[in-house]
Amino acid sequence: MMTSTTDMADRIRPANTRAGHQAMTGTQTVPKIEVRGFDFYYSENKVLHGIDLDIPEKQVSALIGPSGCGKSTFLRSINRMNDIIPGARGEGRIAIDGKDLYAPGVDIVALRRKVGMVFQKSNPFPKSIYENVAYGLRIGGVRDKRILDEVIEQSLRRAALWDEVKDRQNASALALSGGQQQRLCIARALAVDPDILLMDEPASALDPIATQKIEELIYELKENYTIVIVTHNMQQAARVSDRTAFFMLGKLIEVGETNAIFMTPKEKLTEDYITGRFG
Amino acid sequence: MSAFVEPRKRISSTFRTNRRVVDGVSVGLLGLSVVVILAILLVILGDVVFHGISTVSWEFITQAPREGLTAGGIYPAIVGTAALVILMSVAAVPLGVATAVYLHEYTPAEGPRLALARYKVSKGRPGRIKLLLRFLSAVLATSARSAVANLAGVPSIVFGLFGLGFFIQFIGRGIDRATQAPGEVVWNQGSLIWAALTLALLTLPTVIVATEEALRTVPPEQREASLALGATQWETIRRVVLPASLPGILTGGILGISRGAGEVAPILFTGAAYYLPYLPQKITDQFMHLGYHVYILSTQSPDVEATKPLLYGTVFVLLALTFILNLAGVLLRSRTRSKLR
Repeated sequence: MMTSTTDMADRIRPANTRAGHQAMTGTQTVPKIEVRGFDFYYSENKVLHGIDLDIPEKQVSALIGPSGCGKSTFLRSINRMNDIIPGARGEGRIAIDGKDLYAPGVDIVALRRKVGMVFQKSNPFPKSIYENVAYGLRIGGVRDKRILDEVIEQSLRRAALWDEVKDRQNASALALSGGQQQRLCIARALAVDPDILLMDEPASALDPIATQKIEELIYELKENYTIVIVTHNMQQAARVSDRTAFFMLGKLIEVGETNAIFMTPKEKLTEDYITGRFG
Repeated sequence: MSAFVEPRKRISSTFRTNRRVVDGVSVGLLGLSVVVILAILLVILGDVVFHGISTVSWEFITQAPREGLTAGGIYPAIVGTAALVILMSVAAVPLGVATAVYLHEYTPAEGPRLALARYKVSKGRPGRIKLLLRFLSAVLATSARSAVANLAGVPSIVFGLFGLGFFIQFIGRGIDRATQAPGEVVWNQGSLIWAALTLALLTLPTVIVATEEALRTVPPEQREASLALGATQWETIRRVVLPASLPGILTGGILGISRGAGEVAPILFTGAAYYLPYLPQKITDQFMHLGYHVYILSTQSPDVEATKPLLYGTVFVLLALTFILNLAGVLLRSRTRSKLR
């Protein structure tokens, strides 16, 4: 069981390399998410300094860096979850499919349906498994039981949870294990059919086996979704991501293909961090 | 070494004896206070049950008083109390819950001072007007909260006078002037509706405070999960926050209602009747009330000895109704709780 994680990493690598390479070098490919000169403030505190970053479509991009480096803030800027914090504001440009999401008049509700999010601590609602996944659909106005059933099954299958819960969809979500709860949260995010999935340390509270399942899931999901993942676990970044961005003190230090970042980092800071000299 | 140890040992041993005595006395005193409380409760309940239960019969709870309140039952008072409590709940619970939701969900979590400081340092930045609105909103929230706290401290007789002055003399008279022929009095007098609204005011602080407390227990992660799925703030409140805090809200509502149900002072001037041969038909009718009936039987009766059994019976019924109300609340709460788990 345990060895298969590393097996998988080996299996993933060659397939990714080509796609990652293309996105890095191919100037014709339009990035799914384009970030230019993005600053972020909490009141008077500037926590992100002029971030420039391209995130290619249908790949996994990992954000790494020491605690407090701004990677989670950056992640939460992509679906504007930071808007709920008083005094927080972003300046500069983050564009999805070429559309600036900090432009005036942007519909945040529509944005968040396009950009799903999975949090560090699994946070299912105190409702049934079925109702958790149905939540996003119901607020979207879906009433038809047939459509609900269908999308919920599809989402649970995509989150690799269907076989474990298909016979007890009406049981409380809180009765699931931690790893199952996190996969339920992924299914819930998938149900509203986003293009992009943001994951904020999705496996940091899980045991190794549950973590492995989440990582396998991420690998499968990138076929259909653009995934941005924040992680503190360097091995995890190396295993699941195609590209890695290293943040420190609110600045983007280095970004590139994951292999390159881990094998031949260009910056001294990156090298020090991934070899464990600080952080 | 032993020179140091010797005196210490003595000190600590005398000290220890003292501590043991103090310990025993404290436990004894604490236990005694529990016994006293239990004894008082048992004496009151025992007295009421012992004297009251023999009076309570089917006839007692289904018939009106007769022969100058010395015979018959208390049916109109039971109906009046029930109608009053229902009307009061309909007014107080939605208003209280709505106020608490607004205060907790829509006004800034920080106090006015911090909000003002944030506004001051934002000089020359975009979005400054938002911070100013936030400060004003914080001021509104703080004043609303202290108003609620002060409302809770007002003696209930003052609520009665307020109800008389505001609802009956001001609003009631206004409605009569606008809708009735000159000289006709419909709203400008004590009635079910005015008494219920006066009691609702008394109940509001309990409902608001309990609801805010319940909303506070909903983890922020739940709200984030909902917002991240593209829910608006109101959808998040309606579908996640309110269901999760329902047990707490119910508890608060029932506490408030059972407090309001037992109050007599606020309804003295606003609609409770000494004796009515008929049941209230409209919200503008006067009504009999169990608590007020107890007061009347014990002070206004022509023959105190003859009304004594009726008095005990009425108190018994009042206590039983309050008890049933509380029990219903507890059951309702545990049912909604187990549903959430």
